Amino acid sequence: MDFKLNDEQLMLQDTVARLVRDTYGFEQREHFRQSEHGFSTAFMQQLADLGLCAVPFAEAYGGFGGSGVETMLIMTELGRGLCLEPFLHSVIFAGGLVSQLGTEAQKAELLPQLATGTLQMAVAVDEPQSHYQLHDVQTVAQPVAGGWTLNGRKSVVVAGQSAGLILVSARTGQGVRDEQGVSLFLLDPQARGVCRRAFATMDGRMACEVYLEDVFVDSSAILGEVGHALSALRYQQGRCIAAQCAEAVGSMEAACQLTHDYLKTRQQFGQPIGKFQALQHRMVDMRIELDQATSMTLLAACVADQQDSDQRNRVLAAAKFIVSRASRFVADQGIQLHGGIGLTWEYVLSHHAKHLLMVARQFGDDDHHLQAYARLLQVA
Amino acid sequence: MDIDFTVHERAFRDEVRAYLRDHLPDEFAQRIAQGKRLSKDHQVQWMRTLNQQGWLAPGWPVEFGGTGWTEVQKHIFDEECFAAGAPKVVSFGLKMVAPVIIKFGTPEQKARFLPRILSCDDWWCQGYSEPGAGSDLSSLKTRAVREGEHYRVNGQKTWTTLAHYADWMFCLVRTDPEARQQQGISFLLIDMKTPGITVRPIITLDGEHEVNEVFFDNVRVPVANLVGQENQGWTCAKYLLTHERTSIGGIAQNKALLGRLKRIASQELRNGVPLIEEPMFRAQIAEVEIQLMAAEMSSLRTLAAVSGGGVPGAESSFLKIRGTEIRQAITYLISKAVGPYAMPFIEDELGYGEEPLLYTDYSSAATYQYLDARKASIYGGANEIQKNIIAKMILEL
Repeated sequence: MDFKLNDEQLMLQDTVARLVRDTYGFEQREHFRQSEHGFSTAFMQQLADLGLCAVPFAEAYGGFGGSGVETMLIMTELGRGLCLEPFLHSVIFAGGLVSQLGTEAQKAELLPQLATGTLQMAVAVDEPQSHYQLHDVQTVAQPVAGGWTLNGRKSVVVAGQSAGLILVSARTGQGVRDEQGVSLFLLDPQARGVCRRAFATMDGRMACEVYLEDVFVDSSAILGEVGHALSALRYQQGRCIAAQCAEAVGSMEAACQLTHDYLKTRQQFGQPIGKFQALQHRMVDMRIELDQATSMTLLAACVADQQDSDQRNRVLAAAKFIVSRASRFVADQGIQLHGGIGLTWEYVLSHHAKHLLMVARQFGDDDHHLQAYARLLQVA
Repeated sequence: MDIDFTVHERAFRDEVRAYLRDHLPDEFAQRIAQGKRLSKDHQVQWMRTLNQQGWLAPGWPVEFGGTGWTEVQKHIFDEECFAAGAPKVVSFGLKMVAPVIIKFGTPEQKARFLPRILSCDDWWCQGYSEPGAGSDLSSLKTRAVREGEHYRVNGQKTWTTLAHYADWMFCLVRTDPEARQQQGISFLLIDMKTPGITVRPIITLDGEHEVNEVFFDNVRVPVANLVGQENQGWTCAKYLLTHERTSIGGIAQNKALLGRLKRIASQELRNGVPLIEEPMFRAQIAEVEIQLMAAEMSSLRTLAAVSGGGVPGAESSFLKIRGTEIRQAITYLISKAVGPYAMPFIEDELGYGEEPLLYTDYSSAATYQYLDARKASIYGGANEIQKNIIAKMILEL
């Protein structure tokens, strides 16, 4: 057992931290948020130019073959800066699915583009009725000559409005919530019949609903075997959970730091409010939550790229449970300890709070993962 | 970074497991697994068994009889001991006063006390709390006045665990009443057979006699029994408390308790189905297991950060708070799991009674363990005090 980072990992951490610190001040972030794509394409390119987008991919496709620990280091710093770029959804999630399911041709075409930042992808798995259940798919793909026809609606596809390609889950067989019969398609969002309705998310990102009406996709657009995408989706969502936990930890660290500084400077009743025990204990509770979340994030990072197993899935569910709860706690208490200022748009704490509150709303909330863990509970 | 156990660590686990299989008496393991009390003789017997193996004091430096294990090995050892149902090593001598003697004691004190702690010839108790000094420990009033080569001690200690077994007490006394609170305190070792000491039982809400009041009436203590400098006892007291809190975190103990909860929930039925299959109860077990997983990781991280013989400082307060909260959550679920059989209060079933059991061997101690766990968030500095410590030492508020 060893918790130390090696020299390369320390260097990676330092590189990302410096980049985020130098380019992601709050005002710049506001500027990026209001730009065309809702994030900075230049910053995304910088990440790629520094090789960070290539970290998780195999060397054969221009990657560095990094593990969950490297991903964790990157995501923590992106979370600290509340970075808006779809690193998680494009590089980790879509890139992971392509790596796991793609044919040689698909991998050779797509992965180098993701690694160099010339392509941004998104993943469309949620639907209005699905509520985090990846197998609850009502979008249908029907076989037609030379390909498939897609019909359905995909919910809250983060970075879907700016994506060059969207991975869409659709049912190619069996009943609505069957474990079999779920397939993945590479969708060109410009294709006829695709309608995207873009919107901002509460935490400052851009997302869209995707409506599919008799959309034809070529037979080469299927990713993986027909009807067998579910286990890969679950596996890759597990990697996303580990990465997302790290992002949340970065954001929680920033929120705790802001709150801590505020307690030391804000004066009431003739003294810094940090002198009051009720507030001190609340701050300590925030730090305890952060500490537990950090521990689970480390554990999740270490299992994220391991072979699929019940133990891996238990750890990831546990991590998401702990981090979801901790994120909400830190968000709520961070606002409470700040008082009114914590509720203003112009102060960055409120943006951390919003981001932290949305952690549970992607890839399953605390209830979802508690249930998942309970299903896998070892009885004896 | 690698959170897996190394080959060496796994081999060590096997070695400990094999040792416990061969040396831990079934009777002890059974009683512990059922949450029952263990007599002093049985506790001493087990500690002496461990000592023969050289494993009684993993936390000590090797030159005094420690094992030289890494923090991870110590964690594995604890985990295996609790999992096997080994009696908990009584900490007052081994884990509290011994580290203080090792760090602050004279060579004579080390030679005199440490071997007898290892051989379990001396049973120690802790003289910290007083009727007027609980969380506010440094307001203690027990007075020691220097008279030549002796101190004359007068006052009262309370909540003194197992003082009725004790041969010795490590005791905080006030040697300078004029100094500011924490300045005038000294750390004294007191022979419990000295004339003028009276031990009176306090019966706790579970009917048990574990804690006591201890009265000092002109008790003469040789100056040679002062540890560290006169009036510098607070340094020893704090050093001891960080040791105490780390072990109160009790990850391994909580794991064993969780195993007990699962076994009970597998046997108790609701609607003809084992409780552990019942979604609501199962989710509650799952939640506490997740909390324990996080606490274990935090504990290992903290220990890794100080490994090399060091002791965590205020970080141990994090471990104490989470560890005790989890222990209380598990014991609550155990008490809940046995349903109405949480109600019978049959002391014989907790001790060494011969009567047939009213219900099962696991139900007797359910509520007893719940009540017993309430003390965990109070002793070693109440959890609210731990938060004060974190606020002051780590957050510098």
